Amino acid sequence: MSDHAHSTTGLVHHFDDIEQQHEAGTLGMWAFLITEVLFFGGLFGAYAVYRSAYPEAFMRASSHLDVDLGGVNTIVLICSSLTMALSVYAAQKGSKRGIIMGLLGTMFFGAIFLGVKVIEYKDKWDHHLVPGDNFIFEGNPGGPEQLYFALYFAMTGVHAFHMIVGMVIICWMIKKAHRGDFTPGHHPLVENFGLYWHFVDIVWIFLFPLLYLIGAHSGSHT
Amino acid sequence: MAAHSVPLKIYYGVFLALCVLTFLTVWTAKHDYGLLNTPIALSIAGLKGALVILFFMHVKYSSKLTQLFAFAGFFWLALLLVFTLQDYWTRDMLNVYFFKPH
Repeated sequence: MSDHAHSTTGLVHHFDDIEQQHEAGTLGMWAFLITEVLFFGGLFGAYAVYRSAYPEAFMRASSHLDVDLGGVNTIVLICSSLTMALSVYAAQKGSKRGIIMGLLGTMFFGAIFLGVKVIEYKDKWDHHLVPGDNFIFEGNPGGPEQLYFALYFAMTGVHAFHMIVGMVIICWMIKKAHRGDFTPGHHPLVENFGLYWHFVDIVWIFLFPLLYLIGAHSGSHT
Repeated sequence: MAAHSVPLKIYYGVFLALCVLTFLTVWTAKHDYGLLNTPIALSIAGLKGALVILFFMHVKYSSKLTQLFAFAGFFWLALLLVFTLQDYWTRDMLNVYFFKPH
């Protein structure tokens, strides 16, 4: 984001036209998202290996999660993706108010999601389900259920961290939107941030069934 | 530019579909389909992910090059998972145990 970006069109000198610049920006964002896909992919791979080694333990451990809270959070994240999409739409139409309302909505739903996550983490802590010396699963210390909970905290923790980073960026974007930095023809930050936020939503779309639902048919213990 | 905007009703339609599929995946998870439990859950998640990628992330309306990038990311993820699992899932056929048999 050099000073050149502040010309009226937003075109910087090393691109032929705004279309080429926009295309390069989108591709760059996707290149970043590919690294994110593979980063989370490693965790999903670890999950697949350990779950196939201890399928029953994973189902037993999973039934200690609250399907209702996880389901509510899934809907909450889908809502945040909708408000994000509406913010990008408003940017394309040149509605400053629309951009800010969309971002505030995304922030609102993101905060609800993280609040529910705090309640869930607290519950796991209270029930000795955090891996380590205090881990006790249905009366037994240790056991392969620890692997499930290690993956649960690693995967949902890294996911929540992405949301926290996203919400910090949203604050900055609201300031920029308020200042009028985004024009209908030039708002790469809003569009590329939208891609990031939707990607984080997709990660949760896979985390929810794999972490919360694999033990659901055997009845919940919580 | 590629910012020809997607009609609002598509966004609302995708939102509604994602909500319905969330309820569907919870509903199917409460029933036992044996070996099909995980494939069913992953198919629904995959469909939801595809809706988000195609419409919310505009990939359906993007240039061929962007579509190729998006596809490449998930293709490489598939390679990562397939090659990892073809190793671990065949170890007991070779009597090479990484995990203690149970």
